[in-house]
Amino acid sequence: MAETPLAIAVEQKESLFRRFVYQFLKHGMAVFWSMILLGIIVLVAGAPLFQRYSPTDQDLYNRFQPPSAEHWMGTDDLGRDMWSRTINGGRISLVVGLLAMSIAIGIGTLVGLLSGFFGGWVDAVLMRLTEIFQSVPRLFLLLVLTTFLRQLDLPWLRPGTFWPIAAVIGGLSWMGVARLVRGNTMELRDQEFVLAARMIGVGNLRILLRHILPNVASPIIVTATLGLAGAIITESGLSYLGFGVQLPTPTWGNMLSATQKYLTSAPWMAIFPGMMIFLVVIAINYLGDGLRDALDPYHVEKGEK
Amino acid sequence: MSENLLQVKNLVKYFPIRRGVLLKRDVGYVHAVDDISFNIMKGETLGLVGESGCGKSTAGRTILQLYRPTSGRVLFEGEDLASLKGQALRQKRRKLQMIFQDPYASLNPRMTAGDIVGEPFIVHRLAQGTQVQKEVMRLFSLVGLNPTFINRFPHEFSGGQRQRIGIARSLALNPSLIVCDEPISALDVSIQAQVVNLLEDLQAQLGLTYLFIAHDLSMVRHICTRVAVMYLGVIVEIGGRDALYQTPLHPYTHALLSAVPIPDPVKEEQRQQNIPLTGDVPSPIRPPSGCRFRTRCPLAAEICAEQRPELLEKAPGHWAACHMV
Repeated sequence: MAETPLAIAVEQKESLFRRFVYQFLKHGMAVFWSMILLGIIVLVAGAPLFQRYSPTDQDLYNRFQPPSAEHWMGTDDLGRDMWSRTINGGRISLVVGLLAMSIAIGIGTLVGLLSGFFGGWVDAVLMRLTEIFQSVPRLFLLLVLTTFLRQLDLPWLRPGTFWPIAAVIGGLSWMGVARLVRGNTMELRDQEFVLAARMIGVGNLRILLRHILPNVASPIIVTATLGLAGAIITESGLSYLGFGVQLPTPTWGNMLSATQKYLTSAPWMAIFPGMMIFLVVIAINYLGDGLRDALDPYHVEKGEK
Repeated sequence: MSENLLQVKNLVKYFPIRRGVLLKRDVGYVHAVDDISFNIMKGETLGLVGESGCGKSTAGRTILQLYRPTSGRVLFEGEDLASLKGQALRQKRRKLQMIFQDPYASLNPRMTAGDIVGEPFIVHRLAQGTQVQKEVMRLFSLVGLNPTFINRFPHEFSGGQRQRIGIARSLALNPSLIVCDEPISALDVSIQAQVVNLLEDLQAQLGLTYLFIAHDLSMVRHICTRVAVMYLGVIVEIGGRDALYQTPLHPYTHALLSAVPIPDPVKEEQRQQNIPLTGDVPSPIRPPSGCRFRTRCPLAAEICAEQRPELLEKAPGHWAACHMV
């Protein structure tokens, strides 16, 4: 068999993706909660289609209405429709969470890869930096930075925008990712397949991108989902304290913030946005759990009972 | 068959042991490879044997500059690899390749077999597009793999097949010397023979030279033309295969050979008494003075503690490092 005609039918790729989907579908709870999450995302993304009132229109004759056929989730202290505010508020909360998480994963992955791969003084400098970030009280820094950013009168920082909050949350939560990626990278760096790549003349950049990054992708994806839940909670907390996205733009966090005084008289004002945060965070955690199981290459062999 | 392809001269590799949080200082060294010298002739197979941890793998990796040597020279086709860096080293290293011990760890689990074997062509811009696939399929056939499997992932192959993928990858750049780092010790016995036969066939077909690192003495006897024995970072004996196996000179080689099981109960019973080694291998961080083997050697005398024995030619082509022979 010296000559190999190309005409031989080459087996098609049985993609890793399809195997992953199959594994994921076997995880009942993850599938169930993913459906819930998907439902919420559809509601939130298509909010203008589902809302019957504008989320900001006030109706002072109808304040504190309990849930009814007219106002599915009741009305708030200014007579605004809670259903409309809840699904619209989710847009900001989810987008801020997603954006913050992407920033955190981006910075964390870069820092972790460089630190773990090159070691030596690169590692020392980057890890001390990580520790500095970790040792500053996060809430304090979040409050200071969001307030500071709002003082700057830049066109893309107008009230109601969520960009600065996402950047601040993301910029302060990449340290865990960096440590995780660094650890995995250090382990992979000395694996024989990396040495083999060296032997055939693969350069550092290609080793990082082709040989190391794909092998740390699974833990990164899992951390990303869990980080998303964390970012949503952080945004809610900030908005609750009044440092997040400013009223009248609704987010789940600032909706909760307004309800303190009415907790006994109009509990629906707190229940619905609170429940949404709760559902989304639980759903994302189950999703992360399912992803972890489906992406673990060893799980494939052990999982078959 | 007398032309030197590779000359290793006084190769030393120490791994520093570091302590301290901010200011790291070296508190000692692991003497993994401590001044070894040998030649490899074109077309031959030199076996490198020794116990686990004696530095044979480190020696192989240091020769290939995967670890940079502490000192010493590695002359390949007249050029010192230890002095090369970056692009120059990368170009030179195309002629030197390695086959790894663990066929599970040496293949990237996220790449297809075809991508793994095709990567050398892409990195060195030797082929593009379908040309790469053609080359990969040629290599697959060469090592006895079904060329239609190029889109499979490593976990879909058996151990022996994976090792063949590793061999195909190492052949992609047309090397003249391949360092085989225990290429068969992780495989089933039934597969070992297949892979060894493949290596022999490839050697005959492509005129390869092997440095065969192993601890399986009978396999080394089968495949190698010359054998070097390592103990605790030094070469204690080196010679032609037959000479070394029939008339071993160094007491350590004696002990090693006497420990090889004979697959015949009658012969096994008849053969002379085993030479059991007592005690453990000393720590390579604080190796014994003089002769490294003296702490376990049945012949050890005073001089062994004082003077490091040199590797001397005791018979034509047969070198040993021992004061007593």
